[in-house]
Amino acid sequence: MSKVRVLVGTRKGGFILTSDAQRKKWDVSGPNFAGWEIYHIKGSPVDPNRIYTSQTSPWFGQIIQRSDDGGQTWNIPGGEKLPEPYDPPGGQSNKFAYDTSPETGKPLSTHQWYDGTQHPWEFKRVWHLEPSLTDPDLVYAGVEDAALFVTKDGGKSWQELAGLRGHGSGPQWAPGAGGMGLHSILLDPNNPGRIYIAISAAGVFRSDDTGKTWKPVNKGLKSQYIPDPNAEVGHCVHRIAMHPSRPNVLYMQKHWDVMRSDDAGESWHEVSGNLPTDFGFPIEVHAHEPETIYVVPIKSDSEHFPPDGKLRVYRSRKGGNEWEALTNGLPQRDCYVNVLRDAMAVDTLDSCGVYFGTTGGQVYASPNGGDNWEAIVHDLPPVLSVEVQTLQ
Amino acid sequence: MIRVVLPAHLRTLARIEGEVTLDVKGQPTQRIVLDALEARYPMLCGTIRDHDTQKRRPFLRFFACQEDLSHESPDAPLPAAVVSGQEPFLIIGSVAGG
Repeated sequence: MSKVRVLVGTRKGGFILTSDAQRKKWDVSGPNFAGWEIYHIKGSPVDPNRIYTSQTSPWFGQIIQRSDDGGQTWNIPGGEKLPEPYDPPGGQSNKFAYDTSPETGKPLSTHQWYDGTQHPWEFKRVWHLEPSLTDPDLVYAGVEDAALFVTKDGGKSWQELAGLRGHGSGPQWAPGAGGMGLHSILLDPNNPGRIYIAISAAGVFRSDDTGKTWKPVNKGLKSQYIPDPNAEVGHCVHRIAMHPSRPNVLYMQKHWDVMRSDDAGESWHEVSGNLPTDFGFPIEVHAHEPETIYVVPIKSDSEHFPPDGKLRVYRSRKGGNEWEALTNGLPQRDCYVNVLRDAMAVDTLDSCGVYFGTTGGQVYASPNGGDNWEAIVHDLPPVLSVEVQTLQ
Repeated sequence: MIRVVLPAHLRTLARIEGEVTLDVKGQPTQRIVLDALEARYPMLCGTIRDHDTQKRRPFLRFFACQEDLSHESPDAPLPAAVVSGQEPFLIIGSVAGG
């Protein structure tokens, strides 16, 4: 009997929503880590009961939590209370130290600040956790200020993949309004060495050697605020997505513009088509139809809410350009929430479920690919992230 | 025996109820007490002070005997009343957020 587990990160804790395959009746558990910002919760594709959480606080910094029983209990990897005599060092699971060694990276000390001056790199939090497709102990972490880290011991320790910041374009990377975060990590299921990441505001980078070296793949992106029309980096990419059966095709929600690449990011073209606005944050792909994609149009970069107070998901069944509004069950008046970049996901049941969370605390689910929507919960804290696990 | 009072979120993180009591060797200082605290509760590493620089996190303060010790040297001796266990060493989260 299949089951769905929705992992929801919010400004004030994490929640787990579970249902059977009908996806009509939901159990809500939480808050876990109450009072903390939960940027992301994601399970291992290899072992779905292994779940990782990014827990952060301006007061206490970064914490990584891990569950090995599907979210019933949580532990800080390597953080167990020690009997006497103590045997340190422990407690390295929240240590995200930028690599400054000359052997493994080209140390970069500054990036561009809002005013155009150079600013030192400072770790703030983990935005996104991406567990490996093959090893439950291996997880990638995208952090602010933008960098990519990896753990190979289930979260006990983290090392920077310094080749990304060592690419040399770092002085042109700049923070978006929400900070300079590495928010998207896509792993190519057909090519174990290939990783895509995206940074706001730097752009998309691709590695073909498991993260050792990187190249920017942003040709075709146009950003009004960048004077150079052919700028290699500096683009405010909000989110990228792929279908696992066709990993050379990428979709992107940029600051403005919905984009598509058919050549592993080597070139991009716009597919905004008839969208009412092409500003937005998340973009997601149907589990079984690689040409069916979803976005949530937002009015503008200064007005982060749906146009006309109507919350509408837009679906294209042709990989972009031709879009239809999905409104059935979504509020169509007086709605002024936002949907953040990591707050949309799909399940893999036969009738693909689509899920998204809002800054108003609702999590909406559609059990039929977007045709009908219903709020699973109405009143959570602002939702930062949504992930879905389809369990057998 | 040194008594340490943690903010509620750190007590939850470390699964502690009430105060922590620590036996430390030599002349207790902030650094020695925090070293002992983190050694016993490794999950607190990095939550009170930076992993590398060992600087106090900006939104936390240290108090004891009704005095703010936040800007004292981490190697300065703690007050005698803290060393004797009469008074706790308080780690307090700043009030912020409106």
